[in-house]
Amino acid sequence: MLYREVGQFKTSYQSDEAIFPIAQDRWFVIALILFAFLGVPLFAGQYLYTELLIPVLILSIAAIGLNILTGYCGQLSLGSGGFMAVGAYAAYNLALRLPETNIVLVFLLAGLMAMLVGLLFGLPSLRIKGFYLAVATLAAQFFLEWAFARVKWFTNYAPSGSVAVGRIELFGFPIDSPGKTYIFVLAFTIVLALAAKNLVRGRIGRMWMAIRDMDIAAEIIGIRPLHAKLSAFAVSSFYIGVAGALWGFLRLGSWEPLAFDVNRSFQVLFMIIIGGLGTILGSFLGAAFIVLVPIFLNQLPSRLGVPLSTAAISNIEFMLFGATIIFFLIVEPRGLARLWAIAKEKLRLWPFPY
Amino acid sequence: MKARRLLAIAPAALLAAAAYAAPSWAQNEQFIPHLVYRTGPYAPNGAPFANGIADYYKLINERDGGINGVKITFEECDTGYATDRGVECYERLKGKGPTGASYVIPLSTGITFALTEKAPIDKIPIISMGYGRSESRDGSVFQWNFPLLGTYWTAADILVQHIGQREGGLDKLKGKKIALVYHDSPYGKEPIALLQKRAQMHGFELLLYPVTHPGVEQKATWLQIRQNRPDYVLLWGWGVMNSTAIKEAVAVNYPRDKMYGVWWSGAEPDVRPAEDGAKGYHAITLQHTAGQFKLHEDLKKYVYDKGQGSAKWEDTGEILYVRGLINAVLGVEAIRTAQERFGKKPLTGEQVRWGLENLDLSADRLKQLGFDSEVKPIKVSCEDHEGARTARMQTWDGKNWKISSDWYTGDDKVLLPMVKEAAAKYAAEKKISVGCLMMN
Repeated sequence: MLYREVGQFKTSYQSDEAIFPIAQDRWFVIALILFAFLGVPLFAGQYLYTELLIPVLILSIAAIGLNILTGYCGQLSLGSGGFMAVGAYAAYNLALRLPETNIVLVFLLAGLMAMLVGLLFGLPSLRIKGFYLAVATLAAQFFLEWAFARVKWFTNYAPSGSVAVGRIELFGFPIDSPGKTYIFVLAFTIVLALAAKNLVRGRIGRMWMAIRDMDIAAEIIGIRPLHAKLSAFAVSSFYIGVAGALWGFLRLGSWEPLAFDVNRSFQVLFMIIIGGLGTILGSFLGAAFIVLVPIFLNQLPSRLGVPLSTAAISNIEFMLFGATIIFFLIVEPRGLARLWAIAKEKLRLWPFPY
Repeated sequence: MKARRLLAIAPAALLAAAAYAAPSWAQNEQFIPHLVYRTGPYAPNGAPFANGIADYYKLINERDGGINGVKITFEECDTGYATDRGVECYERLKGKGPTGASYVIPLSTGITFALTEKAPIDKIPIISMGYGRSESRDGSVFQWNFPLLGTYWTAADILVQHIGQREGGLDKLKGKKIALVYHDSPYGKEPIALLQKRAQMHGFELLLYPVTHPGVEQKATWLQIRQNRPDYVLLWGWGVMNSTAIKEAVAVNYPRDKMYGVWWSGAEPDVRPAEDGAKGYHAITLQHTAGQFKLHEDLKKYVYDKGQGSAKWEDTGEILYVRGLINAVLGVEAIRTAQERFGKKPLTGEQVRWGLENLDLSADRLKQLGFDSEVKPIKVSCEDHEGARTARMQTWDGKNWKISSDWYTGDDKVLLPMVKEAAAKYAAEKKISVGCLMMN
């Protein structure tokens, strides 16, 4: 009743090819973005910014990156943590050695560095597929982690191996409060998500999806697998690198290679699996799920007034988190984005049953 | 099908329904966040330390009615030794209580590094007793960090002094090989700078063997040690890495008598897994020994007999539990010191920082508190956030830790220039203004 597109006629190719063809969707997304920019700062406290919103947004960018590679192009990659590390350390070194560079440029160049590294480690994908590629990218993860721990130049010869960055500023305007950081990260996320959505809807995205669905058939009809796979690795690593740079600078402030270990890779992979492989919305939903649910589960016993030791709470949190993931995957293996799509489908008919 | 789809929304609804219940705080309370790790690979060492701290706070509340009448409230949050969980716990707890968090004890060098960036902004001091950045001894740069009782440079310095004495003089170290088996994290890398300087000074060769977190894979490391045959091995591990290292040493037959652990590698959970193999293993103490002492009479009377104890009574003499007690008493006495200036009421983190910077516990006061056999007098100042730089060695005899040396003091002729240089480099890099924080 509310969601029908009755009366919405497309009168130009441009309106037909819009990202949100249904007007209600467009209004909803515009309202959401306006709320995110203007509404959230009105009531959000520091904890909401630093522990909930900013991690979810930054990891959404990483999830979009991995979704492009694994969800759209079908190349399973366990190297996300390593590429995030490349982005973070590249941004650190750029900011350290070229201190006058604009911070946005620093992050984008860091993404570019991650892109080059991703291209290098994506070369095996031309020969191997599936789980074997996963192992090759796992090798990338461990190698990059090792490189940043051993090669002292990356950490500016810090005796502890830990690097720290100060406050950043954009055009002389210091980004020093959680609210400003949130707006900065939100802007980055929206621009990058829009770019990704357009990429996957166009020729390049269809090329990736053809490779994912049946790469031999794709090759036969003229899609060059080298071009497709390496471009997927390149774009994906760019996104993951930018996410890593943002994570290091704006979320952690001070980090060591352990912050980008194999658990981080798994975390990003789980985000896209739960959220929905092959969807941009799924990256956001998955990131929100993986970041927020453990925190809620951790605080749930004390909010409900149940007295438990912290060890018990931690262990229950792990167990419940795993159980929730299994539950969601049984109910809808295609992820939260598919649940959302089904909800929208039902809403088109509501209140009628069919 | 429909029911299943509806069921999918149920957990989300439950989570959303968990109402944001803001607890109401009584006005006369001092809140202290209690970051612990009772799960994860470092839990065997993190849990007794956390128990020690919790029990001391409970004792102060039960026996004294709080600090000059202001009761201590504390809330535990499990960090799992992970930096991001630690930061999340800190953010969650820092605003609780009528005046916010008094101080924070991260018990992790990684979390300390991360919080060092946040603490000056939030105005909450970090007590990193026996860990943290070695250069944070310089309070004019690191105004909010307090590495009380010892840093890793102090520990490494004293270890070298002891080994030198064992060899018959520091000049006899020339040509010897000293290996450092360390946790590949900021914690493990801290002593390297000092050991390299001492290696230059005395002519011994420093061999470095990093072990990746969590430290269960050490076979390759110890095979290398068997090949290279260093004269001494310094162990800088934590959690399961310690016990694994000792077991591997037994496997390659490296004499445990030549192994020296740092004070975080010298506790019961580290040596018990190797059983008899750990006999003869040495460790440096953070001043105190194992075993129950004068304070335990009160602990038993006011906490354990009432069933409020966090640990088992037999374990309250263990090294890490005692260390937790000591860490807690230093924090509580800092609050007491601050109360003498600012009034006997709940204090802010800034005021507690002043208390930490002016902490001065004499031998008499320590005797009054029940700690006189465990801690030497400590005096903190702006230039010296460490407060004391003395330690001795202990040896595991299969059943207990026994003191096996005299007191050593960290050599400031070596330490102070390094601290000044590193602190100045940090200040330049972060562009912070150097100077002692004064409070009016």
